[in-house]
Amino acid sequence: MESSSREYTSVTKVVGPLIIVDNVAGIGYGEVVEVTMPSGEKRLGQVLETLTTRAVVQVFGGTRDLDTETTRVRFTGESMKIPLSPDMLGRVFDGVANPRDGGAPVIPEELRDIYGSPINPYTRENPRDPIQTGISAIDGMNTLVRGQKLPIFSGAGLPHNLLAAQIARQARVLSQEEEFAVVFGAMGITHEEAGFFLKDFRSTGALEHAVVYLNLADDPAIERIITPRLALTAAEYLAFTRDMHVLVILTDLTNYCESLREVAAAREEVPGRRGYPGYLYTDLASIFERAGRIRGREGSITQLPILTMPDDDITHPVPDLTGYITEGQIVLSRDLHRKGIYPPIAVLPCLSRLMKGGIGPGRTREDHADVNNQLYAAYAQGIRLKSLVAVVGEEGLSETDRTYLRFCNRFETEFVGQGLTENRTFTTTLDIAWNLLSVLPEDELKRIDLRFIERYHPAHRKGSNE
Amino acid sequence: MADKGMIIRITGPVVEASGMNGARMFEIVKVGREALIGEIITLEEDVATIQVYEETAGITPGEPVERTGSSLSVELGPGLLGNIYDGIQRPLRDISAGWGDFISRGVSLPALSREKEWDFIPLRKPGDQVIGGDIIGEVQESPTIPHRIMVPPGISGTIRDLAPAARYRIEDTIATIETAAGPVRISMVQRWPVREGRPYTRKLDPVEPLITGQRIIDTLFPIAKGGTAAVPGPFGSGKTVIQHQLAKWADADVIVYIGCGERGNEMADVLAEFPSLQDPRTGEPLMKRMVLLANTSNMPVAAREASVYTGITMAEYYRDMGYDVALMADSTSRWAEAMREISGRLEEMPGEEGYPAYLGSRLADFYERAGRVTVCGSQGSTGSVSVVGAVSPPGGDFSEPVTQNTLRIVKVFWALDSDLAYQRHFPAINWLLSYSLYGDAVRSWWHEHTAPDWDDRRREMMALLQKENELEEIVKLVGPDVLPETDKLVLLEAEIIRESFLMQYAFHPVDTYSDPARQYRMITAMFRFFSLAAEAVAGGVAVELIRGLPVKRRLARMGAIPPEEEEGQFSDLMQTMELQIRGLEV
Ligand SMILES: Nc1ncnc2c1ncn2[C@@H]1O[C@H](COP(=O)(O)OP(=O)(O)OP(=O)(O)O)[C@@H](O)[C@H]1O
Ligand SMILES: [Mg+2]
Repeated sequence: MESSSREYTSVTKVVGPLIIVDNVAGIGYGEVVEVTMPSGEKRLGQVLETLTTRAVVQVFGGTRDLDTETTRVRFTGESMKIPLSPDMLGRVFDGVANPRDGGAPVIPEELRDIYGSPINPYTRENPRDPIQTGISAIDGMNTLVRGQKLPIFSGAGLPHNLLAAQIARQARVLSQEEEFAVVFGAMGITHEEAGFFLKDFRSTGALEHAVVYLNLADDPAIERIITPRLALTAAEYLAFTRDMHVLVILTDLTNYCESLREVAAAREEVPGRRGYPGYLYTDLASIFERAGRIRGREGSITQLPILTMPDDDITHPVPDLTGYITEGQIVLSRDLHRKGIYPPIAVLPCLSRLMKGGIGPGRTREDHADVNNQLYAAYAQGIRLKSLVAVVGEEGLSETDRTYLRFCNRFETEFVGQGLTENRTFTTTLDIAWNLLSVLPEDELKRIDLRFIERYHPAHRKGSNE
Repeated sequence: MADKGMIIRITGPVVEASGMNGARMFEIVKVGREALIGEIITLEEDVATIQVYEETAGITPGEPVERTGSSLSVELGPGLLGNIYDGIQRPLRDISAGWGDFISRGVSLPALSREKEWDFIPLRKPGDQVIGGDIIGEVQESPTIPHRIMVPPGISGTIRDLAPAARYRIEDTIATIETAAGPVRISMVQRWPVREGRPYTRKLDPVEPLITGQRIIDTLFPIAKGGTAAVPGPFGSGKTVIQHQLAKWADADVIVYIGCGERGNEMADVLAEFPSLQDPRTGEPLMKRMVLLANTSNMPVAAREASVYTGITMAEYYRDMGYDVALMADSTSRWAEAMREISGRLEEMPGEEGYPAYLGSRLADFYERAGRVTVCGSQGSTGSVSVVGAVSPPGGDFSEPVTQNTLRIVKVFWALDSDLAYQRHFPAINWLLSYSLYGDAVRSWWHEHTAPDWDDRRREMMALLQKENELEEIVKLVGPDVLPETDKLVLLEAEIIRESFLMQYAFHPVDTYSDPARQYRMITAMFRFFSLAAEAVAGGVAVELIRGLPVKRRLARMGAIPPEEEEGQFSDLMQTMELQIRGLEV
């Protein structure tokens, strides 16, 4: 191995977060580099391109104060690895896995490449266990299942952190008591935001089961490229080696993408949409696809990535490409937030693709799929009529249409809206739904099987009690 | 030493090597000490640029590149059906058995089992004259698909020896053919370079619909056997569900499903669900007529680029046996992005939105491999490959290059709409934007299999939906009250078409599939309702009253009527309709 570690002082160029090192030989693609600054400070880097006598290196700590004279570059011959052990639980690390909590470094049980390997699609287990988050707009309308990747699409100033913390607190799988863990990866969030999560984890005792990686707003931006991969490598270890059910919260993916864009610009790559690199889809997929279940293994990785949509624009490349990779999305709405509704979940554009396998008899309740379908249809109709009312006034509408408007308003306040600590069961959520649906004429419930109407519709239930 | 070069540059999946004089474009090479599989994609003097089908981390300049002399090829023979492969036909099931749950690199395994024995039945005899494409025997590959063993393209002569009926392995010689160039031994496996279409005798016009059991598709926007269709739509609008529905229910003999740069869990879904679903025509598990290619978004991007070619070559192979094959590619945009990613690393001059300038021609070449043909061989039989490609436009904007280039080629366009998806109106195919150019070609089939008014009904439905759209514009300005009753009736009729016919819930055990007879029955029921309603309105009944009739809810659930109750329930529905609507008249 000694021959694979080589040191050079031949930095010939510094561009943005990149350095170019010349007169080198035998540099491996992707190998880890240790850059020693003129001041003696050491920074981590990685080879992005290698030629016979030249290497292009991205420096995660940034290139500030770097020079072409005395800066030393040591090529380690190793891929980027992270130490893993169950002792990570309860610990807080920085964005490159050094302890940030004043504790000792983790004594590794094993070292693992942070880029991981793709799960063989043949060995994936179809995720089907519903997670009760206690939040109706999620549980009732877009059920989350174990092994799913379900991002929160938010906007600046919206309460995504409150929501994520509430989910982390309340999430559980019914009828099962198993080992669980939370892995939290922060990319470029503020001290205050990080403080909020840590406080919440501490006060609920969740921190004991958590591994936290923090790259904060004033930490080097390029580091953010590795932070989520550290988090996911830790998660894979806990899930598939230690048999735990792991919830991974990553925030904020928009900052991550910005760092990628910075590197792409420095390399003068042909940009894709809005200056983001053409491989952004593939790159994000290498993060999000590290969720799931594997046949014959106990654990699971459920991902809850958070991103802020620049300008609340869902067609912006970051939410757009994310939506194309993840198994649905929870979208927050500024309108509902302004109306004082918490959580301000804009139900219509939300989706959980894995919901259908996770609900129904024996999982949630037999009427769940039909109720969900009907709520969507009715709420969409209500929203459509609302915009019509703005033009023609309520008088212009039929009696039936007016019941849709009433339904729509009550749906937002009573079903979507709930308390910050309110933890509803699936049954409670479905019962609230039936109460609201009973506002509509029964003949309008075209998407619900008659059997379920007889069994769950308040009008019929009353009838049978008398 | 001419067959060895040396790596001089590595950037992501792209590697450059010098000393490659004599190498050919698209030649397969073994890259580095681990002999990773790569393909030459450009040549300049003695420098070859290579796309590598595996992760390149750790490779260093100076490592060797070895030429193989052959192009990227697939193995074709019994054992494909029911199997699952990556983009370059590596068998994922065998890989998981040998290498565990994660895909490591440098794995090399044969695509088809060398040990498995197949019951071969000869269909010709020594002394017969044969040409490429002739069927000399068959093995029962799956319960419903006899796998026809063909003379490979380009070989013709006299059969000298033909193996007797017995069990053989795919590499065993089952025939020797005396050709002009000497004897040629034939086994049950062929190799074919994926970037080259397999030959056929003649292209034919499509005449028969590919019945999918999806009402909006079969009735309004049909695809023909041998036809091409694109399904563009923003994320979550239902492209994959449509492709899965077609893979399940389309009346093709063989399905090739390519998960190209999409989700691993969707593949798990197919693997979990398809083996337990029955083919409505044969009663056999659907998995047994399918080849699955899974090169998910996190698997190497160059292999993703190759996956569509691997898939279509397999489809052509079954076509050559005289089968109707349907190929789904989800998503062609990820394939295009793979091209863009590789092209970007080559620092090629980019075209629109960074895509390479050859994007359009690559797409056209791919879809051109679809078609209904007279296959090679003296039996002159017909086979077809239908291609359905999903397109994932950034931001759901159809003006982007992949959608636009695709639309120039395909004959059917199922445009998915996020507004419909938000309301959970599925399939979210926008009936105003979508089209099919096969309407005329499949008309006579429908008339023969249902009734002579099929085409009229279809046109009336389209007209009503079109009219609804115009009326909606007026309603938006002045409200619904001012419309005359006849227009209100149009709105009611269009609503019934949407809710009772176009909407189809993929996950309902019955609604998921409507055969042509059921579709026609539903249309007849709706139109009976329309004519009764028109009579009533002419007699002074307000449309609002008709709208409130309970029978409307039964219309909306027609798709879920179990097949065994179909007769009874439909005739009861017709009677109820009549009673309720006539009951409104004074
Ligand atoms: N015919 C249908 N019946 C019922 N539900 C449907 C139907 N089509 C789509 N859906 C619903 O819409 C969701 C999204 O569909 P799908 O996964 O096919 O979208 P997509 O267009 O492939 O998205 P992406 O581009 O992100 O892959 C499904 O998970 C399902 O819940
Ligand atoms: Mg899809």
